Amino acid sequence: MATEILMPALSPTMEEGTLAKWLVKEGDKVKSGQIIAEIETDKATMEFEAVDEGTVGRILVAEGTAGVKVNTPIAVLVEEGESPAASPAAAPAPAAAPPAAPVAAPPPVQAAPMRAVAPDTSPDWPAGTPMKTMTVREALREAMAEEMRANPNVMLMGEEVGEYQGAYKISQGLLDEFGPRRVVDTPITEIGFTGIAVGAAWGGLNPIVEFMTFNFAMQAIDHIINSAAKTNYMSGGQLGCPIVFRGANGAAARVAAQHSQDFAAWYAAIPGLKVVMPYSAADAKGLLKQAIRDPNPVIFLENEILYGRSFEVPDLPDFTIPFGKARVWREGTDATIVSFGIGMGYALEAADKLAHEGISAEVIDLRTLRPIDYDTVLASVMKTNRCVTVEEGFPVGSIGNHLSATIMERAFDHLDAPVINCAGKDVPMPYAANLEKLALVTTADVVAAVKSVCYR
Amino acid sequence: MAARKTSDKSNVSKDELLKFYREMLLIRRFEEKAGQLYGMGLIGGFCHLYIGQEAVVVGLEACTKDGDKRITSYRDHGHMLACGMDAKGVMAELTGRIGGYSKGKGGSMHMFSKQRHFYGGHGIVGAQVPLGAGLALSDKYKGNDNVTFAYFGDGAANQGQVYETYNMAELWSLPVVFVIENNQYAMGTSLKRSTKSTTLFGRGLAYGISGEQVDGMDVLAVKAAGQKAVAHCRAGNGPYILEMMTYRYRGHSMSDPAKYRTREEVQKMKDEKDAIEHVRDLLIGGGLASEDDLKSIDRDIKAIVNDSAEFAKESPEPDVSELWTDIYA
Ligand SMILES: Cc1ncc(C[n+]2csc(CCOP(=O)(O)OP(=O)(O)O)c2C)c(N)n1
Ligand SMILES: [Mg+2]
Repeated sequence: MATEILMPALSPTMEEGTLAKWLVKEGDKVKSGQIIAEIETDKATMEFEAVDEGTVGRILVAEGTAGVKVNTPIAVLVEEGESPAASPAAAPAPAAAPPAAPVAAPPPVQAAPMRAVAPDTSPDWPAGTPMKTMTVREALREAMAEEMRANPNVMLMGEEVGEYQGAYKISQGLLDEFGPRRVVDTPITEIGFTGIAVGAAWGGLNPIVEFMTFNFAMQAIDHIINSAAKTNYMSGGQLGCPIVFRGANGAAARVAAQHSQDFAAWYAAIPGLKVVMPYSAADAKGLLKQAIRDPNPVIFLENEILYGRSFEVPDLPDFTIPFGKARVWREGTDATIVSFGIGMGYALEAADKLAHEGISAEVIDLRTLRPIDYDTVLASVMKTNRCVTVEEGFPVGSIGNHLSATIMERAFDHLDAPVINCAGKDVPMPYAANLEKLALVTTADVVAAVKSVCYR
Repeated sequence: MAARKTSDKSNVSKDELLKFYREMLLIRRFEEKAGQLYGMGLIGGFCHLYIGQEAVVVGLEACTKDGDKRITSYRDHGHMLACGMDAKGVMAELTGRIGGYSKGKGGSMHMFSKQRHFYGGHGIVGAQVPLGAGLALSDKYKGNDNVTFAYFGDGAANQGQVYETYNMAELWSLPVVFVIENNQYAMGTSLKRSTKSTTLFGRGLAYGISGEQVDGMDVLAVKAAGQKAVAHCRAGNGPYILEMMTYRYRGHSMSDPAKYRTREEVQKMKDEKDAIEHVRDLLIGGGLASEDDLKSIDRDIKAIVNDSAEFAKESPEPDVSELWTDIYA
C-alpha cells in the first residue's frame, strides 16, 4: 500500500514552506525516523523525518520549491514490489473539503441585554432563627472548624496557621483540635505550597490555603490561575480543583504600598475561579462554609480591619450562603449604592448620613464577585434610577467599572444619571498617615457621589 | 550557636574597635527609640527592630568601599544607619514625614538611598535576593569591581526565588555576597520547624557557590568573613554566601508577643553573646578605653538619636499633592 508524504507543519503558525533539499531520491529505501528532507519555515530550517518505512516511489515536489502549502503531498512511499504508478498521488487529490458548517457564534460575555431581571429575594435563614453576636474572626474560625469536623479531607495549610495560631489568629485552636496532619505550618514559600495544595486537591483533598495576606499570594498567583483555575477546562471537565484560598486582603493600617492592595477585581477577572468578599460575620461564616464545599477554586478575600468587628450570626448548627446572591442591607428609593467587603462600611455610613439629608439610598452588598448577582443590582437601579459603586481597590478596571458597563447594557433607559464609581485612588498606597487617608475611599466620597447622581 | 571564641583581635586597632562600638550602639539606641515612638503612636504599621543583630551589618560595612551596594528586607533600619544614611532621615521616614528618605511615602519597610547605594527596604520575603543579584549584574556589565550585599533571613531562605538566583549568580559569576541573617526565627517559626536542611549556607554548594557559617554576634568574625567574601567577589570569582548566626532580641515586629521562645532563651543570648558587650569587653578588658571614654560615646549617640527623634516629630507630614507624585519616573 503506497503512502503519501505530506508537507509538514513545523511550527504552530506555519501555513507554507520551502522544500529546501531532498536527502533521498526515487528508489531509495527509507527507515522510519530517517531524515529525508530539509524544510524551511518562516522561522528556521527544519529536518523532516520519515514516519513510515518503504521505498521512495516518486518525488512530487522538487527541491527548491517555495510556497508549498502544509499538507500538500510531496512524495510517495511504496512498499516492497509495489509500482510507483499505483500510488494514489497519481490521481489528483480531491478538492478542498466541503465547507464546514457555520461556526456557532460564541455566547455573549454577559446574559443577553434584554433578559428579564429576576432577583432572588429569599431570606438567608428562616425568620425567627435565634442570633448570636460574634466577630468576623470567630465566624471564619467556626466555619473552618465545622467543615473540618464534617469532612475529614478538609485541611488547612499556610504560614503560621498552626503553632502560632495564625498571624491574625483566625486559626486559633485548630491545631489543638485537628492536629498537625490537618493543620499544616508551611515554610515561607508561597508558590511552592500553593502548587502542592492544588495537587492535593486534584488528589482528592479539600485544602484551605491561608495566605498571611493576599499581598503574598502574588508570589503564588501562577498556580492560582494557571493551575487551579484553568485545569478543569483544560481537562475537559475531569480535574476540578476543590480548594479555598483565603486571607486578609486590602489595606490594613499604615503598612504601605507592598502590604496594602485589594485584589478583588484581579481575581474576579478570571474564569474558573469563584471570588467571595464578605462584609458581615454571618456572611463570612456562611460563605466560607459554602466555599469549602464548592468543587471549584474559591478566592476568599477577608479584611484585617473587619476581623475584630462584631455582627449578629444565626445560631444554627449548619448554614451556608449561596454564591451569586447579593444582600440588600437597606432599602431605599432615591439611589442605589453597591459595594462589598469593607466598602460596605462606607456605603452604610453614607446611607445613614444621606437619610438625614432626606435622600433614601438602597444599599446592596454583592458578597460574591464571581458569580455576581447582576439581577439584584439591576432591579434596584430600575427602581432608583441612580447608582454609585464603592470599593477600596484601584479605580482602573474595577468591579465598579464592570457594574457600570453592565447597567449601561441592561438598564440604560432606566438611568437618570451616569453611574459613579468610588474607589481607591490611582496610586500605590503611601505610608504617611495623611496621605493614606486620602488614598482610600471615604464615606464623604460616597455621600458626595450619591448627591451628585441625585443632582443635589 | 558555638560558644564565643575570643575572636582574633590581633589585627584590630583601638580606633576600629571604638568605631564598631559606636556604630552598633547607634543602631541599638536608634531602635530602642523607634520602639518608644511606636508605642506613642508616632510610628505606625509594621516596624521590625534590628536589636541583637547589629554586629552583622556593622562588620560587613567595614569591608565595603564606595560604590558597593546593599539591599535587604523590611528589617532595614540597621543597614541604613551602618551604610552612612542619616539617622534623622531614617527616623522621619518612620514617622511618615516629608523629611524622611522616601518623603514619608515608604515607611519603616521601604527606604532607599541611591546616594549611599542602599536599594531598600523590601516587604516581600525573599524578593530582595534576585534584585540584589541584578544590582551585581549591573556592576559586572559595566566592568567595575563593585560588590553587592544581598541580605535576607532564615525564613526567606526557603523561598524558591533564592535558588533560582543562586543558579544564575554562579552561572554568570555575579559579584554578590548573599548574607543570610540567620536569627533562627521567621516570625514564629524556628528554623528547624521550616526545614530539615538547617545549614543554610550549604545549600549554595549545590549550585557551586562557596560559603561559610559565621558567628554573627562577633563583629570581628563578621568582618574577617566579610573580607574574604568580598575579595572573592571583587576578583571576579562570582557569588559567595555568608550565613550569619545571629539573634533578634525583640519580637518579629512590634505586634509579635514572641510566645514561641522562652524568656530564658532570649536572656541567655543577651548575657552570653551580646555583640556590643563583646566589643565593650575587648575595649575595657584590653585597656584600650576607659569607662569614661565609652560613657562619652554613649552620650554622643544619645544626642544623635534624640535629635533624630525631634526631627522626626517636627518634620511636617508630606503635602497632600505628594499623593500624586513619583508614580512614574
Ligand atoms: C512573600 C511573603 N510572605 C510572607 C510575608 C510575611 N512575613 C513577613 S516577615 C516574615 C518572616 C521572615 O523571616 P526571616 O526571613 O527569617 O527574616 P527576619 O524577620 O527574621 O529578619 C513573614 C512570614 C511576607 N512579607 N512576604
Ligand atoms: Mg529570621
